[in-house]
Amino acid sequence: MKEEEEEEEILKILEGNARIADKEIARMVGLKEEEVKQIISELENRGVIRKYKAVINPEKAGIETVHALIDVKVGPERDTGYDPVAERIVRFPEVKSVRLISGEYDLSVLVGGNTMREVAYFVAEKISSLEQVRNTVTHFLLKTYKENGEIYEEEEKVKRLAVTL
Amino acid sequence: MNSNRVADRVREIEGSGIRKFFDIAQQMEEAISLGVGEPDFVTPWSIREACIFSLEKGYTSYTSNWGLLELREMLSDKMYNEDSVYYEPEGEILITTGVSEASDLALRAILNPGDEVIIHEPSYVSYKPCTVFAGGVPVCVATEVENEFKLQAEEIEEKITEHTKAVVLNYPNNPTGATLSRKDLEEIADVVNEHDLLVISDEVYGKLTYEGKHTCFSSLNGMRDRTILLNGFSKAYAMTGWRLGYAAGNKEIIEAMMKIHQYVMMCAPITAQMAAMEALRCNDEVERMVSEYNRRRRLMVEGLREIGLSCFEPKGAFYTFPSIVSTGLTSEEFAKRLLLEEKVVVIPGSVFGACGEGFIRCAYAVSQYEIKEVLERMRRFLERHHVV
Ligand SMILES: Cc1ncc(COP(=O)(O)O)c(C=O)c1O
Repeated sequence: MKEEEEEEEILKILEGNARIADKEIARMVGLKEEEVKQIISELENRGVIRKYKAVINPEKAGIETVHALIDVKVGPERDTGYDPVAERIVRFPEVKSVRLISGEYDLSVLVGGNTMREVAYFVAEKISSLEQVRNTVTHFLLKTYKENGEIYEEEEKVKRLAVTL
Repeated sequence: MNSNRVADRVREIEGSGIRKFFDIAQQMEEAISLGVGEPDFVTPWSIREACIFSLEKGYTSYTSNWGLLELREMLSDKMYNEDSVYYEPEGEILITTGVSEASDLALRAILNPGDEVIIHEPSYVSYKPCTVFAGGVPVCVATEVENEFKLQAEEIEEKITEHTKAVVLNYPNNPTGATLSRKDLEEIADVVNEHDLLVISDEVYGKLTYEGKHTCFSSLNGMRDRTILLNGFSKAYAMTGWRLGYAAGNKEIIEAMMKIHQYVMMCAPITAQMAAMEALRCNDEVERMVSEYNRRRRLMVEGLREIGLSCFEPKGAFYTFPSIVSTGLTSEEFAKRLLLEEKVVVIPGSVFGACGEGFIRCAYAVSQYEIKEVLERMRRFLERHHVV
């Protein structure tokens, strides 16, 4: 494998399971454990790997949270476009993600809170009130079926025969 | 009871004592099985979805005995592009219910009573009985781990008699995971040519190779006319239960196979054929599965070596075939004890021919987690039997 291919393969493995041992990655990629450690720490240093996080199903964990997707229409500024307003919005810890999108609206903002009221107030006070924001639409999330490539309610595992020749 | 109700030809096929072991394995709930001969992936969703859509539209009828023309056209293109060999969609490609049916048809289409078929071992278990059912005589060639389980051209030559009609080739191989290079295949092709033989090439694992691309036997110079190429959807597309495969070859032979097929099978199921057309558009999914098999292959081979079993490095399919000679157990004893003591299912190599004795087949079509767990159980087992 070429160096870039090794990197890509290691990233794929970590994307599937961030807690896998370096030794096992080494086996799968055909490298020494030290080499894998080295590559991973480089990827971390370069900021390619941002973080190792668990994908949690809050419903199963019994955690009550409320999320809403907010479509935001922005009047862009002459020289700087959408960046200044987006950079203001990203700083709120209630804001989980911010994306510039094509179509009728400009930004898609995911906001989380403990109650619907809390989220609604946050949007009214902190987002709608921004000078550049023309209009917002709030969509409360009712159920998550798939997140980060993980299906929450996995289909039942079909039992294969234990022996087939 | 020995009545004369069952034909001698059928009775004489070994029932094999291994059945009982398989029954225990099948029923042991918490066992982890490396005895599987199929992908652990579910058929990719877009393929299942295409099938559901076809049902909604009402595609529930028979198809042409040959199979859907559109599917044959797609296969013709696929073979031309991927395998570098052209077959006409009409008359040179037959859609079958799996490679299983295709290999039976191939043997029945070409064998006269007493004709000999050279079969390399360890091998997939169907070829020998099907040869017998077709009135032929299987002539086995043992392949050796020292030769990476490659069938050697001169080994074929040694077995050739005036009755030899065909050679069965199965690379990438079940149960060893062995592959043949283009050069290996060319040497076999020379012998085939020289002795005017036919080749039944079962390439159902052709897409599952991990070091270099698979070479299709019929793409070799002069071999298209001598080869009955068998392939299917079971392994590469994780579609074992759909029962779909195909045979490609020269018109005369494929038409002969079609004659049998139309009377015993009529046609392959239309639902599976509709799904197969979508499968042929799913190369990304295949690649994703192949990369995952490759990771598991490396985990398994290194893991087996680490716990003290010597293991040939398989370059295709999804099987490893480690030697258990160091344990002093026969492969059947090894498998039985491992099942009873550690609840791990492996297949004794002897099932795949006498020369498979001393080996076990461990499939790695299971999750990385299961591979880790199995290796731990096998380590305990080997330590208890004082072999490491
Ligand atoms: C070498 C080989 N050929 C053919 C088959 C059967 O394939 P199909 O499902 O297409 O009948 C198998 C299945 O295990 C196999 O290993």
